[in-house]
Amino acid sequence: MSDTEVYGVLAEFEDADALVAAATRVRDAGYARVDAYTPFSVPGLPEAIGFRRDRVALVTLIGGILGGAGIYFLQWFSAVVNYPINSGGRPFNSWPAFIPATFECTVLGAALFAFFGYLIMSGLPKLHHPIFNAKEFDLSTRNRFFVCIESADPRFERAATTRFLESLGAMRVSVVPFS
Amino acid sequence: MPPAITASGNGVDESRLKFLRGRYSYASITDKISDVVLTRPTHWGWYAGFALCTLLTLLFVIAIAYLFATGVGIWGVDIPVAWAFAITNFVWWVGIGHAGTFISAFLLLLRQKWRTSVNRFAEAMTIFAVAMAGLMPILHLGRPWFFYWLVPYPDIMNVWPQWRSPLVWDIFAIGTYIVVSILFWYMGLIPDLATLRDRSDSRVKQIVYGLFALGWRGEARQWKRFDTAYLLMAGLATPLVVSVHSVVSLDFSIGNTPGWHSTIFPPYFVAGALFSGFAMALTISIPLRAIFGLKDFITARHLDNIAKVMLVCGLLVAYSYVVEIFMAFYSGDEFEKFMVVNRMTGPYAPIYWTVVFCNVVVAQLMWWKRVRLSTLALFVISIIVNIGMWLERFMIIVTSLHRDFLPSSWDVYYPTFWDWATLFGSLGAFAWLFLLFVRFLPAISISEMRKLVLEKREGET
Repeated sequence: MSDTEVYGVLAEFEDADALVAAATRVRDAGYARVDAYTPFSVPGLPEAIGFRRDRVALVTLIGGILGGAGIYFLQWFSAVVNYPINSGGRPFNSWPAFIPATFECTVLGAALFAFFGYLIMSGLPKLHHPIFNAKEFDLSTRNRFFVCIESADPRFERAATTRFLESLGAMRVSVVPFS
Repeated sequence: MPPAITASGNGVDESRLKFLRGRYSYASITDKISDVVLTRPTHWGWYAGFALCTLLTLLFVIAIAYLFATGVGIWGVDIPVAWAFAITNFVWWVGIGHAGTFISAFLLLLRQKWRTSVNRFAEAMTIFAVAMAGLMPILHLGRPWFFYWLVPYPDIMNVWPQWRSPLVWDIFAIGTYIVVSILFWYMGLIPDLATLRDRSDSRVKQIVYGLFALGWRGEARQWKRFDTAYLLMAGLATPLVVSVHSVVSLDFSIGNTPGWHSTIFPPYFVAGALFSGFAMALTISIPLRAIFGLKDFITARHLDNIAKVMLVCGLLVAYSYVVEIFMAFYSGDEFEKFMVVNRMTGPYAPIYWTVVFCNVVVAQLMWWKRVRLSTLALFVISIIVNIGMWLERFMIIVTSLHRDFLPSSWDVYYPTFWDWATLFGSLGAFAWLFLLFVRFLPAISISEMRKLVLEKREGET
């Protein structure tokens, strides 16, 4: 297996604290293309691998504004411009009656954008990923915690990176092939 | 973890009052929950329940087919009582859904740890209940095949929905509610589907669970976005719940029928929705934890907490009953006063007093800790409250209609076989969907339970 066929080097840990400590040292050693894989959301881990800002909240806000403004515009357009009906002498643009649909569509737009925004930004859905070639990676959804230094990292060097990860006290360090 | 409440002098075993009993590791908690779906032989009780529910679901299908072929005349509805079982079922089912969202979204915002082992099945309860609810207004339409006329779409007649009508608000509220509930539920399921994908031995299950897991890898970046999106969805779902039953109540209170035309309706309906929804959560969780051996996760503490929320909602409902009576006399309106007296003494008086007994009297039993810690007592109370809340919806709808402004059109509504078939058929279909859910998907969020194990361990050291 030559270096170009390697996706990265993966270290396996027994607990969340050990993983966060190891991930911090990996970052301190200057590695940039690092990811961690855990069975649940580990507090402090995203910061440890250098991921601070996700844009999900911004996307959700945009979705909410689009949903609310869109349905209000539709109500206004249909009731004032396109087909005005005199309903008991109420104004054509009777905004209090337009609020329920506006509120619901604000929530709907925000929720749809939050869900699909999160999926797309996370690279999901995906049928295959090289990390699944790793040994025992199925335990990442059960009780094991992994950190991976990818071969795309400029400082990646297979033997040295492996030795470095072993020095962090990992239970096991393995090379992840692309196929 | 907060300390368990003391039960000294009550003779109560302290260990029952924890959120998570026993000593679990990440692996054992994962295996225990996923084995229910993957390896454990199915309990005979599941098969028996599934058979019964399949029959009821078939009855529901037959009732709908006969209704579509013949028309709403097969029901007991007529003028003046044109709204009866279908609308009662609708309001009741939507309300049951609300407790699920309340548990999963509002308790998440409040960082209540007891949410963790009950949120998944409560969300499933929401989805199936709202699915039943969503069918009812469509069934009750004279021409159900035109239900989409409520949706704004560019049709060639250039006709738009009447935006000032609560019935149009309704379709937006219910439609949004079901979409957001499904997204929220599925989002939380994705990491657990990945667990099932990685833990199952059969190739078919690996492929099916794998496809629905969407390639989840548990990356730190995915988890971070997951947490943000999940919290935001919870923040969106909480006001949504309040808005949905408020809009449902406006279907009534916008009209000038005595007994309906009241500003207390939105909070009154929301409190009643949570009351019946939490009752249904008890009705479901008590057999669920027994049959699938989940008593370590859904503990007496959870049932105790649910009972406390029910008690509060029940008091709000009781307060609303009192305010309704007070406002009728305070308004001085002849029709309102007549309506209240007629409810208590008219042809539907037995229903009114049953409602008061079920929702006001029986609910007070939950003041006693002994009752809240007795699984049997809670199960019985939850059934009584479910019945009481269904009858309350029926009472609100039918008693207001059967004594019209015009005495010559007064009449009494009697349900027909097909009314009952629709009610019990929808109950069967709801339970049928729920049984399929607990058989094929994890009824408790595995990834959140693993996090609870971590927090419990940190709390002890």
